[in-house]
Amino acid sequence: MDASSLTGSSSSSDAPTSGEHRMGTTIVGVCYDGGVVLAADSRTSTGMYVANRASDKISQLTDNVYVCRSGSAADTQVISDYVRYFLHQHTIQSGQPATVKVASNLVRLLAYQNKSMLQAGMIVGGWDKYEGGQIYSVPLGGTILRQPFAIGGSGSSYLYGLMDHEWRDGMTQEEAEKFVVKVVSLAIARDGASGGVVRTVTINADGVKRSFYPGNKLPLWHEELEPQNSLLDILAAGSPDAMVQ
Amino acid sequence: MDGSHANAAAAAAGGGEGTQRTLNPYVTGNSVIAMKYKDGVIMACDTGASYGSTLRYKSVERIKAVGKHSLIGASGEFSDFQEILRYLDELTLSDHMWDDGNSLGPKEIHAYLTRVMYNRRNKFDPLWNSLVLGGVKKGPKGDEKYLGMVNMIGTHFEENHIATGFGNHMAVPILRGEWREDLTFEEAVKLIEKCLLVLLYRDRSSINKFQIAKITTEGSTIYPPYALKTNWGFAAFENPSQGAVGTW
Repeated sequence: MDASSLTGSSSSSDAPTSGEHRMGTTIVGVCYDGGVVLAADSRTSTGMYVANRASDKISQLTDNVYVCRSGSAADTQVISDYVRYFLHQHTIQSGQPATVKVASNLVRLLAYQNKSMLQAGMIVGGWDKYEGGQIYSVPLGGTILRQPFAIGGSGSSYLYGLMDHEWRDGMTQEEAEKFVVKVVSLAIARDGASGGVVRTVTINADGVKRSFYPGNKLPLWHEELEPQNSLLDILAAGSPDAMVQ
Repeated sequence: MDGSHANAAAAAAGGGEGTQRTLNPYVTGNSVIAMKYKDGVIMACDTGASYGSTLRYKSVERIKAVGKHSLIGASGEFSDFQEILRYLDELTLSDHMWDDGNSLGPKEIHAYLTRVMYNRRNKFDPLWNSLVLGGVKKGPKGDEKYLGMVNMIGTHFEENHIATGFGNHMAVPILRGEWREDLTFEEAVKLIEKCLLVLLYRDRSSINKFQIAKITTEGSTIYPPYALKTNWGFAAFENPSQGAVGTW
């Protein structure tokens, strides 16, 4: 997430392994024909050290609304905890599931009113019976914007061109799931602050489905090689194209 | 009520001292241009909102109708503009609830906004926007057109033509030269498009997707977004280094 260049505050401190937990992150949310798919990488770093290589950046707010978190890990955890608490009460009082709009506006409220103290960029996605699948972007500052797809986090810088080129409206569920995995793994390939596994959450009228794509199952991109157990295996299989002087 | 819980906790989440200070803007909108014309006021801007140097959001509406008689356009921090729209919703709602046959005109809305902006500035907690407020309302002398602006430090004034941000430098000189009291809608649109084009060429953060809005005694109209043709057909553009090798 590019916050550091904007706010002037540094995200890494003097010692490369201390400092606030930040989620460098790539987060993505797309609407498809019938629902939404949220996706994220799984790297949480403190400075240059990867504090958690398998974090879950997609948090549940209600049965039908989830949020992708980027920025300060602590800030986004606290925001989602508060919003989950409010939505729980709201659901009891209204007697029906909260709408995606209400959930994202609560996220906005906290983000906006505490803007000087928070570093949180979030994508809220879900499904409700009134408007179907919806994605709302809540970037730094507390703006709220509904979009057919949204990207966020530091890795998203590498995705603007790709999305401009390849995004289509009205994908099927399968197309959308494959698309977000491809997109997040491309960002992971180039963004040092993103990595690990790709997690996805698909939300539609039938409910919620969580998926997990481990790092070794992601597609390989330019200059990436097929992983091996050992050099010895390569040698045993016949001499490779050795680089001979 | 759930809302008040949320609000109380939201402020408390700020650690008790919910005080903010002058901040940096994050998601920012570009220039807004507006002018009076024969039938009312016309306002235009692009539909982009930037995040630093990234042109992040490309379909953002930065001009909105306020009540029956006004249009508001904003540049600067978009979240603050969204909050201002909420304040204006409250204002116009209570105006409507008075049910006294009167409704707030553009001059009153402008005055309200000026107070909001100036008081926030005095607390070193500004709403980081430049706002343009235009409208038409029946007054004692017939239909009175109004156009004014107020910015984050509380500077406010009325004029026949207004531009914010880069528009101050690029569009205002054009408007000062070519604006007339009796512009028809067509002439006003052409003049505004001339300004929008210059901003597209010369403002790094502008995008080629615009919205024009007008307000007359009949009400407000916000036209759908559209793009303008640009001209690059100059011989000097195709061969800039001919006759001056090494030039840029």
